[in-house]
Amino acid sequence: MNWKNEWKKLALIAGVFLACFYLPVGTSRFDNALMEAFHLVKWYAREHVLLCLIPAFFIAGAIAIFINRSSVVKYLGPGANKIIAYSVASISGTILAVCSCTVLPLFAGIYRMGAGLGPATAFLYSGPAINVLAIVLTARILGLELGIARAVGAVIFSIVIGFAMHFIFRRESDNEVETRLDLPASDIVRPLWQNALYFGSMVGILVFANWGKPEETSGIWALIYDLKWPVTAGFSLALGIMLVLWFGVKWWKAAATALPVILLALVFPDQPLVAFSVGVLGISAFTSTDKGEAGKWFASSWGFAKQILPLLLLGVLVAGVLLGRVGQEGLIPSEWVARAVGGNSLSANFFASFAGAFMYFATLTEVPILQGLIGNGMGKGPALALLLSGPALSLPNMLVIRSVLGTRKTVVFVGLAIIMATLSGMFYGTFFG
Amino acid sequence: MKIQILGTGCQKCGKLADAVEKAVEASGTGCEIEKVTDINRIISFGVMMTPALVINGAVQTVGKVPSVEEIKELIKNTNKG
Repeated sequence: MNWKNEWKKLALIAGVFLACFYLPVGTSRFDNALMEAFHLVKWYAREHVLLCLIPAFFIAGAIAIFINRSSVVKYLGPGANKIIAYSVASISGTILAVCSCTVLPLFAGIYRMGAGLGPATAFLYSGPAINVLAIVLTARILGLELGIARAVGAVIFSIVIGFAMHFIFRRESDNEVETRLDLPASDIVRPLWQNALYFGSMVGILVFANWGKPEETSGIWALIYDLKWPVTAGFSLALGIMLVLWFGVKWWKAAATALPVILLALVFPDQPLVAFSVGVLGISAFTSTDKGEAGKWFASSWGFAKQILPLLLLGVLVAGVLLGRVGQEGLIPSEWVARAVGGNSLSANFFASFAGAFMYFATLTEVPILQGLIGNGMGKGPALALLLSGPALSLPNMLVIRSVLGTRKTVVFVGLAIIMATLSGMFYGTFFG
Repeated sequence: MKIQILGTGCQKCGKLADAVEKAVEASGTGCEIEKVTDINRIISFGVMMTPALVINGAVQTVGKVPSVEEIKELIKNTNKG
């Protein structure tokens, strides 16, 4: 036998065997943790996939296809006004960073060929935290308050970090490479007001379909809650009309989707999910078979779903096994979590922010993991600290950043990111905790 | 002819590589295909959005995955010029 080639397989098989041999089935903590994982997955599937994730995928797909990204990147190019460059860099992650693979090339590009170190690091810090899917999922699962805190914290502190980086390294020239920028030409040109209405209708569907039940039974919030399905239907109708008028979808196809949805809504008024699901199926059917813009829209949305759903499912399972549902325990005892990141002390915030910076979170999996940690006693401040430093940094992407910035600047950037995330956590925990 | 695919290794870059291979096979011209994954080399092409397609050193598409038909067309145009 050739040991040189075979030792890895042998080690793997031996490892799996040992794991099976000592599998802690039957101990109550382990069995309970497995059940928790399945309960958590079921809860996600019931509560979040249909109404929240699917509309969010359609929005992310539309952003990737219909938004003219070069018009945004223009403001980050060489010779751009510095103040505009900083503000655009800090918020443009919303539309530029729909996929994590786009963040690093853009960062490197802004640094080397564009507006320089400050805006580049601002973009790198805020981008992953404020893309559409991240904001929607954070607000939906961890609460609106934390969702807003995450977006606002990311934007404000990205500017602080950008300025700090620029100030610390102000004596070094940034633009090492002088090259012509190649920006993608947008294939599809649509007037701004049409785009605004189109995105508005989708955001409307997302917001109202997920409108939470308020505690009081009267007043404006309760009224909106009572009307959430008619309002959602109104936005859906508007979206359908726009697809027919501006996107070249045949009217009979849209009508063939709308009719069964209306019928189901009238027959099963207590089961809005039925009508909603048929609507999603219908729109998927006629956009996916479309040869034009609508087809591209569906293909891009489907691409996101394919990429993110399996990761999220795994993330939820892992979070369930380790941490359990809210109020339950998984493999990790609650006291450990409470001791490390409970309350709002400086050390808890720093620990959360430091751990987040080095840990790798696959796209969006930070959300279920955070939910588990909060359920086990993590404080609100440390939760925000982890949400800010987690997706922006990880050991693998630090290596790429280092190859672009060099060791010194990378160390300073990572240090600043950890400090800023800790400070945001402290601030949030003190005033909103 | 030399075709380069610029991308840090995300899913879309893989799709572009597949599409290029199909297009090259169909066009029947001998092409050298190279995948550029080093971010600094990608930037040196002036590209900020991946995946990007480069034929004989000239950037053809940026930030999207063109269809096999479109790539064939690009290869043909380069051969003519």
